[in-house]
Amino acid sequence: MLKLPIYLDNNATTPLDPRVLEAMMPYLTDVFGNAASRNHPFGWAAEEGVDYAREQIAKLINCDPKEIIFTSGATESDNLGIKGVFEMYSQKGNHVITATTEHKAVLDTCKHIEKLGGKVTYLPVDEKGLISLADLEAAMTPQTILVTIMYGNNETGTIQPIREIAKIAHAHGALFMTDGTQAVGKIPVDVIADGIDIMAFTAHKMYGPKGVGALYVRRKNPRVKVTAQMDGGGHERGMRSGTLNVPGIVGLGKACELARLEMAADTARLSAMRDRLEKELTTLEESYINGSVEHRLPHVTNISFKYVEGEGLMMGVKDLAVSSGSACTSASLEPSYVLKALGLSDDLAHSSLRFGLSRFTTDEQIDYAINHVKEAVTKLREMSPLWEMFKEGVDLSKIEWAEH
Amino acid sequence: MAYSDKVIDHYSNPRNVGTLDKSKKNVGTGLVGAPECGDVMRLQIEVDEATNTITDAKFKTFGCGSAIASSSLATEWLKGKTVDEALAIDNMEIVEELALPPVKIHCSVLAEDAIKSAISDYRVKNGLPALELSHH
Repeated sequence: MLKLPIYLDNNATTPLDPRVLEAMMPYLTDVFGNAASRNHPFGWAAEEGVDYAREQIAKLINCDPKEIIFTSGATESDNLGIKGVFEMYSQKGNHVITATTEHKAVLDTCKHIEKLGGKVTYLPVDEKGLISLADLEAAMTPQTILVTIMYGNNETGTIQPIREIAKIAHAHGALFMTDGTQAVGKIPVDVIADGIDIMAFTAHKMYGPKGVGALYVRRKNPRVKVTAQMDGGGHERGMRSGTLNVPGIVGLGKACELARLEMAADTARLSAMRDRLEKELTTLEESYINGSVEHRLPHVTNISFKYVEGEGLMMGVKDLAVSSGSACTSASLEPSYVLKALGLSDDLAHSSLRFGLSRFTTDEQIDYAINHVKEAVTKLREMSPLWEMFKEGVDLSKIEWAEH
Repeated sequence: MAYSDKVIDHYSNPRNVGTLDKSKKNVGTGLVGAPECGDVMRLQIEVDEATNTITDAKFKTFGCGSAIASSSLATEWLKGKTVDEALAIDNMEIVEELALPPVKIHCSVLAEDAIKSAISDYRVKNGLPALELSHH
């Protein structure tokens, strides 16, 4: 029997892989030492676990284990990367470049540094969600110290041209940072080949535990430093104080190892399932895929169903745990700023669903999801006056709606 | 958001979804709301001119579960009422019946507007002055 509801919101978080839990268990029980305790075996055992995790992570993203700074998650990593560079390189300049479709952890951090006297350029994106390299080139100034552009988008899965962006940043003497939260563990990310200087990522988007993440900070060519944002014991090469979350770190390490070993197989299976889901759902008239289809994470699709209202749609797909581009569950009725940045109208942004598949998603679940969404959309359209007007050929933009 | 059982019932089994022939003189149509606001309701009534009684009511709604439930409930209530009785339906009765939370009161307001707008259309078609519609 299929268990309901079906979890298809894996861009929000993924379940913990049992193998990750197994790796973590000793560190939640017997191996409880503080990794910074240098004087006894309890500390040494904890440190050994942390060091091994560093190696597992380094292998996944092709860096040196010493270049990994452990944090509490991607939000902290984004904060540390941006604020840390802004402080460390203030002599050199105060200009940061980012994009409008970034996660709030990046956008709000950028707003924060604006209050501190920083200058931030927010690059627009095209209808596929991609920034323009010409825009980036034009935005670079001698004061630009950092370009921070996310690897893969959390709402649409769109993958930015990371290597080209890094080249432009470096040509102008700026550092390149990327929020790799959705990409690391899902697609090959190679900090050397990609030219990444700083990268934020987290465990719980790749079948690891919540509450642990990392910031990759390059140590040579160039040697990058970020100013610590918390004062304390000077852990993590002085960049992030605080007793290490040993079980979490061991979990992140194991999750990275599994991702490295199983990425090819997972990608093949998930993209086939995703494509099938997408192909079936876009057989519904007036359904649109949001974001780039060519440059996209393998496990994500974001589809808008025109003439269906978002909240009604969410209620109709109650057997699925998915995300909507509509935030109207909080009385605000604000549609997704990411979809709006792609140029979607409010109503199309509202009526979108984001499906995020995982290693644990089954074909049976996808079959169910396809039928469930088709039924809900069809039923709501039969109930929708807008759908009826569309079918009669009425131009809805010509109607004078009474705003309320 | 937690919906009341009545909202879920109307959403899952909406009453009187459909379309009446708007070219008929005894059919009144109200179309209220706006797509950008996330709700559009179309409510129609068919009136027996001899008795001034509503014999049929249909709706179509683009909106959330509460909007669908409010309009579905409205059509149930309208059938069998005289036009004057229908005019007296207050949005707070809908709020009460469906146990709508404060953030969803606008759905009931829209349903009341839709009723009044349909009645006004019927009046105009029959040579009576339009109703003064208050826009919430």
